[in-house]
This record gives sequence, structure tokens and C-alpha cells, in this order.
Amino acid sequence: MAVLLEVDNLKKSFGGVQAVGGISFSVRRGETLGIIGPNGAGKTTVFNLITRFYTPDSGDIRLMGSSVTRLPPYKLARLGIGRTFQNLRLFKELTVLENIRSAYLSGHRYSPFAGIFRTRRHLAVEEKAEIKAWVLIDFLGLSGKEHAPAASLPYGEQRRLELARALAIEPKLLLIDEPGAGMNPREIQDLVLTLRDVKEKFGLTIVMIEHQMGLVMNISDRILVMDFGEKIMEGSPAQVKKDRRVIEAYLGEDGST
Amino acid sequence: MRFFLESKKLILLAAAVYIVLRLIFGFGLVSGYIEQITIYVFIVILAATGLNVIYGYTGQFSLGHAAFYGIGAYTSAYLASITGLENVVFFPATILAGGIAAALVAAIIGIPILRLRDDFLGIATLGFGILVRVFFDNSDKISETLGGSRGFTGIARLTNLEIAFFVTVFLLLVTRNLITSRYGLFWRCIKEDETASASVGIDTARMKLMAFVYGCFLAGVAGALYAHLYTFLHPSNFDFLRSIDFLIIVILGGMGNIAGTIYAGLLWVGFIEGLRIVLPANILDLRWVFIPLLLIVLMMWRPYGLMTKRKS
Repeated sequence: MAVLLEVDNLKKSFGGVQAVGGISFSVRRGETLGIIGPNGAGKTTVFNLITRFYTPDSGDIRLMGSSVTRLPPYKLARLGIGRTFQNLRLFKELTVLENIRSAYLSGHRYSPFAGIFRTRRHLAVEEKAEIKAWVLIDFLGLSGKEHAPAASLPYGEQRRLELARALAIEPKLLLIDEPGAGMNPREIQDLVLTLRDVKEKFGLTIVMIEHQMGLVMNISDRILVMDFGEKIMEGSPAQVKKDRRVIEAYLGEDGST
Repeated sequence: MRFFLESKKLILLAAAVYIVLRLIFGFGLVSGYIEQITIYVFIVILAATGLNVIYGYTGQFSLGHAAFYGIGAYTSAYLASITGLENVVFFPATILAGGIAAALVAAIIGIPILRLRDDFLGIATLGFGILVRVFFDNSDKISETLGGSRGFTGIARLTNLEIAFFVTVFLLLVTRNLITSRYGLFWRCIKEDETASASVGIDTARMKLMAFVYGCFLAGVAGALYAHLYTFLHPSNFDFLRSIDFLIIVILGGMGNIAGTIYAGLLWVGFIEGLRIVLPANILDLRWVFIPLLLIVLMMWRPYGLMTKRKS
């Protein structure tokens, strides 16, 4: 399988504290890579480096072979890297429909002139955005909530809306940060099914940070384990479960997991 | 054209308002002073709508809006005066020039300062506003015509009900269509969460600049209309307090609410000018006791603006 994303010796320190210390890995097209590790291992920092919300101190990120390390966040999104956030970042006052439409419309242009004078181009693009939004709403089980402000949805639905919004940019690669956070086991079950469906339907490549072992073991093809900003191992879920270093990293963290 | 078809109801409403005003003015039912105030209301609404785009929709706190209003006013009046084209035919061109000058200056200062947020942006725009005021105060050193601190006199009176009304209504419709297009949606996204906006592919720097430049363009056009209505410009018309007036109108009407800005603009000008008529001259300054009291009561009663019931 072709390599979609390559991360090469990526480093980032904050005020002398090393958050990510020279991590390298690659993601193949169509696979799901799970990233696990104790709190503070640098997982979210890796996501923020890939999407350029942080500037790497050194290292290189390549998408389909070409370096994207110097691009601003919005360009990475347009190139097909979608993401969700650990602590939900929805457009709270905007409706469900508007949240999704905004993401689709960022990559489908018409001029301000077309918007002001309501040209045919404006109508065509807006109609496609509307259709795309309704499809995603239906797909993620948000029907009936189209015109509700995002902030009014229950937590689980907000999570799904954020996923819908990330899918609306028509990504090739989806970075999901702790989708199971704050969910009960039943909701996690639903989430596993949803993520599987999403992946199949949109032919996505997924990189997912997750703490819920049940979830991450269940849907990842490969797992990367991080601790103290470094990769401590990489392998199949079965290999990871047995690995001594992984067990130590987790037992060392809180002693009970 | 679709632009007009989609706005049919609003255009009919505007036409009705225009006919009523035209009849009232035509039959001489009100004094020239009231006529002037009425036209001024449209100008204030237009400029405040510009600030609503910048602050209400996009969330960029600006305390320097009056500077762009002033740049539009001075540019348009100066152009008309040096070219001698002080007639109705060339008036639309000088109005447009006022708007474009304000937009150009907004683009030049916007690129460096719009990366600031919240209070910091407020301070930067405040500083710019003061700078522009000082420039107007000393403008006679560039050209005697501009008048410096003595004021710019002898501007032709070209703004009438028709031109103020149609320019304002047209630009309000343009603004409404922009707000309901992808651009307006991106502006609202940016106000909510800039990081999330970037994560879905919105070029936040560019969209913020666009909102700022467009909002200042509206202020510039309003300024041009103002210059040719009062025929006299003074630097003190465009100082910090005028910026605050626009800010009050936007907040009073409700952030991100064009209809609210229209009502609040009417109310604001009506109240200030109305008290001038009602109150005896010797206690006229009590206006500045009543108005803040009114604002306090309004903000306690409707903290999110007259038109917005929902908590934001």
C-alpha cells in the first residue's frame, strides 16, 4: 500500500521542556493507526504539529511524498487533512447545518461578486454544500437537529457533529483526537460502528489518539505507543498488548491500568 | 436580476419608506433641520453596518471606525473641490472614491494589526484613530483646502434624500447577501473559533482582512455622504467619541444583526437630536446624563441587544 503520510524526526519543545523528541512514523493509505500513551506523552502535540497549529522545531512532514511542513493550517485542511479536537471546538452559535456547510464551502469557491449578485455559480455551489451537509447529517445520525445551534446538542451528538464537520472538507486523512473521551461503554460501541462505517464509505485513512483500550484495539490496524515524547513501540494490537515496555509505561503512569 | 428578485420584500418596504419620506419632505411638513437629521440617520446606519460586519459578525474589536468615516469624508470632499466637479453627475464617483480610499487605508493597516485579538486590536485601532485625527488637525499643511484644525469649509451640498437613501439601501442589500454567502458564514465561524476555522480550511487572515476592508469601505461611503450633507468637516467630527457612537449602535442593535443596527441607528440619532428639541437650551448638556442612563437600563434589560432575545 502506498504511504499517505510520513512524519520524519519531528521535534518540539516548549520553553526547554521537550514535548515531542524526534518522532518518526508513516501512515499507509487506507489504514487506521492508533496512537496511545500515558497523559503528557505528546500525542496531541503530534497532531498539532501535523496540522501546523504548532510549528515544529525540526523534522519534516510529507503528504503523498511532498513536504507540507511549511504550510499554514488552512492549506493543510484543503489538501485533505481533517481533524477533530480533544476538547470539542464547534462553532457553538452556528447551527448544525452551518457548521458542516462552512467546512465544505471552504474548499468550494465562488467570488464575493457571485455571492452578492446570487449568480448561477453561487447557487450551484451552495446547493451542493446543502446536499453534502444533509448527507452527513443523515449518516451521523443528527437528523432533526439541522437547525439547532451546535451548543444545544448533547455531548455525544456534539462529538458526532465535529466528525461530520471534519468529513465535510472531504479529507484523505482524518486525525481524530480522543473520540471516546467522556463517553459511556454503550456510546463507545456506537462510535466504533460509526467510525468503521465512515472509513468504509469515504475510503479514509485514520490516525486516532485514544485512551479507551477497547476502542483503539478494536479498530486500529496498527498501534503506535508514545511515552515522554518518543515512540516506544509500533505494531499490531496483539503485539502491543503483550509488550513489556507498553505495560511498564502504563503501570508507571498511574499503577492501576 | 436575481439580486432584486430575492430581495423583493425588502425593496418594496424600502420603496414605501422612501415614498412616505418624499411626500413629507415634498409638502414641507417638516423643517429643513429635520430633513437633514433624517438623511443623517441613513448615513449613520450605513457606517454602523460597516462596524457590524467587522465586530458584530467577525468579532474584530475596532475602536477606530470613525477614522475611516473621516477618510471617506475628506477624500470625497477634497476630490470634488480640487477637480471642481461639484455636481450631481460626478457625485457618485466621488462617493465611491471616498469608500475606496477608506478601504485602501484599511487594507494597509489591516495586514499588520488584524493578527491582534480582542483588547489588543481595540488598542491598535484606537491608536490609529487618534493618528488620523491628528492628521486631519494638521491637514492644512498639505493643502490649504483641507483646512486643518479650522475645518474644511465650502463643500458643495450634493447629498439629498434620494442619493443617501438609495446608496444606503443598495449597500445594505449587498451586505445582507454577503452575510448569507460563504463569506459571511466564514466571518461568523472566525468569530466563534479561529483555530477551528483554520482546521476546516478557512483562510482566517484573508477573511478577517476582507471583513475589515469591506466594513471600512461602508464607513468611507457614509463619510462621503456626510461631507456633502453638512458641507463642513471638522477633525472633531471623526474622533474617538464618534467611534464609540458607532460601537454603541452595533451593541445596542445586537451583534451580527443588520435589522438591529438599523433600529439602533434610528433610535440613537433620534434620541440625541430629539433631546436637543425637547430640552431647554440651558440644560441641554443634561443629554449626556440621560443617554448613559438609557444605555445602562437598556443593557440590563437586553444585554445582547434590542433585537436579540437569545443569550449568546
